[in-house]
Amino acid sequence: MKNFNGKVLFLDRSDINTDEIIPAKYLTEITKEALKPYLLEDLKMEGFAPDRDLKGVSVIVSRENFGCGSSREHAPWALEVNEINLVIAENFARIFRQNMFNCGMMAVPLSKERIDEAFSLFAGKETTVTTDFANSVFKFEGDGKSLEIPFEISDFDRSLVEAGGWVDYADRNY
Amino acid sequence: MGKTIAQKIFDAHRVDKPSGDINVIKLDAVFCHEITTPIAINDLKARGKNRVFDKVKIKAVIDHVTPSKDSKTAEQARIMREWARELDIKDFFDIGENGVCHALFPEKGYVRPGYTIIMGDSHTCTHGAFGAFAAGVGTTDLEVGILKGVCAFKSPETIKIELTGKPARGVFAKDIILHVVSILGVNGATDHVIEFTGPVISSLSMEERMTLCNMAIEAGGTSGICPPDSTTVDYLWPFISGEFPDKEAALAEYVKWTSDSDAAYSKVIKVDISDLEPVSTYGYKPDLVKKVSELEKTPLDQIYIGSCTNGRIEDLRAAAQVLKGRKLSPTVRGILAPATPGVYKAALNEGLIEIFMEAGFCVTNPTCGACLGMSNGVLAEGEVCASTTNRNFNGRMGKGGMVHLMSPATAAASGIAGFITDPRPYLAEGEA
Repeated sequence: MKNFNGKVLFLDRSDINTDEIIPAKYLTEITKEALKPYLLEDLKMEGFAPDRDLKGVSVIVSRENFGCGSSREHAPWALEVNEINLVIAENFARIFRQNMFNCGMMAVPLSKERIDEAFSLFAGKETTVTTDFANSVFKFEGDGKSLEIPFEISDFDRSLVEAGGWVDYADRNY
Repeated sequence: MGKTIAQKIFDAHRVDKPSGDINVIKLDAVFCHEITTPIAINDLKARGKNRVFDKVKIKAVIDHVTPSKDSKTAEQARIMREWARELDIKDFFDIGENGVCHALFPEKGYVRPGYTIIMGDSHTCTHGAFGAFAAGVGTTDLEVGILKGVCAFKSPETIKIELTGKPARGVFAKDIILHVVSILGVNGATDHVIEFTGPVISSLSMEERMTLCNMAIEAGGTSGICPPDSTTVDYLWPFISGEFPDKEAALAEYVKWTSDSDAAYSKVIKVDISDLEPVSTYGYKPDLVKKVSELEKTPLDQIYIGSCTNGRIEDLRAAAQVLKGRKLSPTVRGILAPATPGVYKAALNEGLIEIFMEAGFCVTNPTCGACLGMSNGVLAEGEVCASTTNRNFNGRMGKGGMVHLMSPATAAASGIAGFITDPRPYLAEGEA
């Protein structure tokens, strides 16, 4: 299984689309590694500087409809090669969410109240998330505070994470 | 309880329910293009599984950047080309025959009512216009589709959009879908199929239905879908005439892919389009839509007519109606990319290409190119484009550029004016 623990980047915006996560001009790359320098290059968000803000990040927490737009799996790949395997948000666009689990990564929805709570306690502060995958709990820690938030993913998504993705799963079963 | 079209299609294709509401369905078609397929091909090779589930059901095209613009895109094209040859993909479209996938594949008759289709492209929802379930997927889903001919989806819930009224002059399918997206919002249909019904749909051509279904994804929808009818049969007839004794028999077969009157929808939205005016997007999300009159005088640098949304022959006709005998504003660049060679040839035969060129347009070969800022019309920082495409995201057509989405007629009128403007004064009375 991939790593789902580490430093959190809070992105306080809804509808972050896959063109912003990885612009189309980089879709001509044929290796995932080549996408590494360009993650979130076109993100439209006041004060966001990818070089500075992505340093050491392993988890992204955001708002609604994360990953909307283009079906490009280059978006999860650009996250993956930057060692970000977990995105937590209020909800996700379907294709992005599926792409994440298909790669053995996680896109986990939490209620608006829980996301609000995480933002108000931790945004702008050095924060880490520790994922208890077996018991489905995230533990946020930062600024001397800690917060445990239970999460839900389907059995199917869980099996994709455990199998390391959809190709192996499907080839075994169909 | 009755069933929706999407539920009927799933029932007819389900091969497994691995857990909860997840369905693994078998696929009638897997479409491939050169941006999202090469990494799947390379991964299959690395796994020692360089095979395809079906040489005929897989269709492939080089369309996003063609002819190749640099070494990297040339390499993507080469990987596709060699793979298609090696694995003997029967229908592969390269230079000279290639065009924008979601215009080309329907034109070739590859989409039928009741089909299940995936492609590594979010605008795959377009093909729902034929009463098919057609969904955009990522490269991993595509890879499994290529190898095994299956894909996993949640049980499809459906939002019904019931369109009534009569479109006013100057109002096109693009205006209707932009209006619908603005009602639903950019995630209003996530994990849902959007079924378009009502008297308006019956009166629309297949091309117009494709424009509607094309933008289902802009509301987060998995697939657009229109119930098949005699218009569907007429369009498909050249491809299916050997399968049925007559059109009535084909229709009788296809109407089984119609929702039952007591089918359960998660939402039904009635939209009367009688009062709808020509519209355009503003800002960086496709649900930010205003009447063109409210954006009047927004200065433009470029107009772009083309794409899987509005690069079909009817779109070129609508724009040419506006452009005939007129010139683009000297401050505006005009780019026309007919979506397929078939569209290009028809436009030549009908004299439309001449109208565009006389108006001052550059006519490019069929390609996706500028729509996603890859080639053939990328914007510079701060430039503004009136475009018949489907996305106005920040940076979509070039870093720092602004895109206003609108119908071909509105884009053409705006190109003549030099700023966003209402197309109606440019359309003669009695015309669309």
